[in-house]
Amino acid sequence: MTDHATNQAEVLLAVNGLKTYFNTDDGVVKSVDGVTFHINKGETLGVVGESGSGKSVTSLSIMRLIPMPPGEIAGGEILFSGAGGKAQDIVKMSEAGMRKIRGNEISMIFQEPMTSLNPVYTVGDQIAEAVMLHQDKNRKDAMGVATDMLRFVGIPAPEKRVNEYPHQMSGGMRQRVMIAMALSCNPALLIADEPTTALDVTIQAQILDLMRKLQKDIGMSILFITHNLGVVAEMADRVVVMYGGRVVEEGDVIEIFKAPRHPYTMGLLNSIPRPGVDAHVPGTPRKRLEAIPGNVPNPLNLPPGCAFEPRCKFAVPDCSKAVPPLEDTGGGHMARCIRWQDFAKADQEVRA
Amino acid sequence: MTAPTVTKAAPDSRGLASKGDTLLEVRNLEKYFPIRGGLLSRVVGNVKAVNDVSFTLARGEVVGLVGESGSGKTTAGRAILRLIEPTGGEVIFNGTDVTKLSKGQMRDYRREMQIIFQDPFASLNPRMTVSDIIGEAMQIHNLNPGKGRIDRIAELLQKVGLRPEHMRRYPHEFSGGQRQRIGIARALAVDPTFIVADEPVSALDVSIQAQVVNLLQDLQEELGLTVLFIAHDLAVVEYICDRIIVMYLGRIMEIAPSHELNNNPKHPYTEALLSAAPVPDPTIKRQRIILEGDIPSPINPPSGCVFRTRCRYAIDDCAKVVPELREVAPQHYKACIRDDVL
Repeated sequence: MTDHATNQAEVLLAVNGLKTYFNTDDGVVKSVDGVTFHINKGETLGVVGESGSGKSVTSLSIMRLIPMPPGEIAGGEILFSGAGGKAQDIVKMSEAGMRKIRGNEISMIFQEPMTSLNPVYTVGDQIAEAVMLHQDKNRKDAMGVATDMLRFVGIPAPEKRVNEYPHQMSGGMRQRVMIAMALSCNPALLIADEPTTALDVTIQAQILDLMRKLQKDIGMSILFITHNLGVVAEMADRVVVMYGGRVVEEGDVIEIFKAPRHPYTMGLLNSIPRPGVDAHVPGTPRKRLEAIPGNVPNPLNLPPGCAFEPRCKFAVPDCSKAVPPLEDTGGGHMARCIRWQDFAKADQEVRA
Repeated sequence: MTAPTVTKAAPDSRGLASKGDTLLEVRNLEKYFPIRGGLLSRVVGNVKAVNDVSFTLARGEVVGLVGESGSGKTTAGRAILRLIEPTGGEVIFNGTDVTKLSKGQMRDYRREMQIIFQDPFASLNPRMTVSDIIGEAMQIHNLNPGKGRIDRIAELLQKVGLRPEHMRRYPHEFSGGQRQRIGIARALAVDPTFIVADEPVSALDVSIQAQVVNLLQDLQEELGLTVLFIAHDLAVVEYICDRIIVMYLGRIMEIAPSHELNNNPKHPYTEALLSAAPVPDPTIKRQRIILEGDIPSPINPPSGCVFRTRCRYAIDDCAKVVPELREVAPQHYKACIRDDVL
């Protein structure tokens, strides 16, 4: 599947060596420090990371929504193969050119559907705004599109709902409105930044189900940012794991979960109880989760070598000397760890 | 201390007792929030946040209280501790109905009953040092006066995995996981027997959650604490708890031992909740039960069973009466009239 993805599929977006820095009073924060990955057409790429990993700054860089100053894109390129067919570098694009892409060919949904909707406009107005801007429609037609979109994302009585304000809707409903808005211009790429984190689990199931259906219908690519490994397992075709502003592992979703090659990924997978499997049985000794010790690193003060080294149980002296390269462990499964071969060998021995 | 005691004559009329020695019994707990309207701000209705909730906790037991937002789980936890005053019902702690106690009498009981909050950023006073935060409750209860208090604070910090020298620092100098440890040390400062842990790990990063879950588990075992663990993440609750109580729209839907609830849910809501949780294994592709719509407004809950509007097994009778919570297997209770579906 990975071979197929890298060789034959068409690349929609390629991020190469992206560096997004923030100049603060305390020094330069390298939020994104040389991030490279790509998304194929029609695929869902899951980006996993904790707070400070750089996952959200990466997505905001793609949208060119980084406040500058204090932020700056200090290096790298973001190649987008949009409607024009030819790959364009988003980093170098003019603001006018970017406005044609943002909300049109690339759109985004955020974690908090309440704060990302404008409370003083009806949801119909807000969806119609993007449609009028990008599709050259008058207000009446745009409102028609808005109603259709609300129906499309499964909102009951869309003719009535289109004239309602965000506060009249529940959290799950508002996230549907956000999705309707994001999809109103048929984007090639949808960036979803923790779209279900603020929602209850039964509503999360509704929204994930909806996103899968819509992707099938429209054929868009999704960049799905989350910290929830369950959601990644369910949604992603491929996964990028970020830590301390860098990609530490990348690969096919099944590979990442079955044979992780970076200790951080392994630690994450071991630190969550699996629903059902790990339920406590009274009268038996309690199980223990395998916690990752220490804290998420301060982005102002990253360790000199591997950013995960201070928390890593496999660390050796060489780990703190230089930032390890992102290496192909086979079939496009990449890992940024100098000891990945040891893990691969151990895996083989266990299986043999 | 004179406090109203409860005679043993009416123990647990519904048979919701857990095994062993009962520490806490909640009977028909209610918390209504009035809705005011009109020119004179008269009470025009009630939000029934917690409605007829009854359960028991045995000494040393860890019980999970799960539900989605609006289920009343947090309100129930706070009403039990009288951090908000219950509208009705009884909370019998160690044989005493704490809802009948005066403020002064309640203060003595607070030593026994502590809480750990969800948000480690909002629940610590930024102007107080760690030693002030942990020492405050000891001061109120006049525990470990003098030099002994500092020693006790140092001991508590070590117990929760921090260092004694941290006591002179302020909350902003700590990460989220460390702050949650401070919150745990504060709760333990007065040697409580019962702790309400209200979503103690939900605000933490994934890699930090396991640290705090392990810490809570170790402390519970070491100190023999009785814990009511409030959370929305079923996987964590199943893992840490002996039994689980499932709430929906202010009412209890099901109570069962953790593994039993997971393997053999008897209430349609529990079934849907389990099915909705994403599993961190991409090779498992499940057929999911997608609940339609949203949780109804608690101002105007559905008649009969509150879950019936989203239930795929609902029949006409479900709208008629509120189903009673009844035992369907040993230690397993459900509030659903249908026995033919699950």
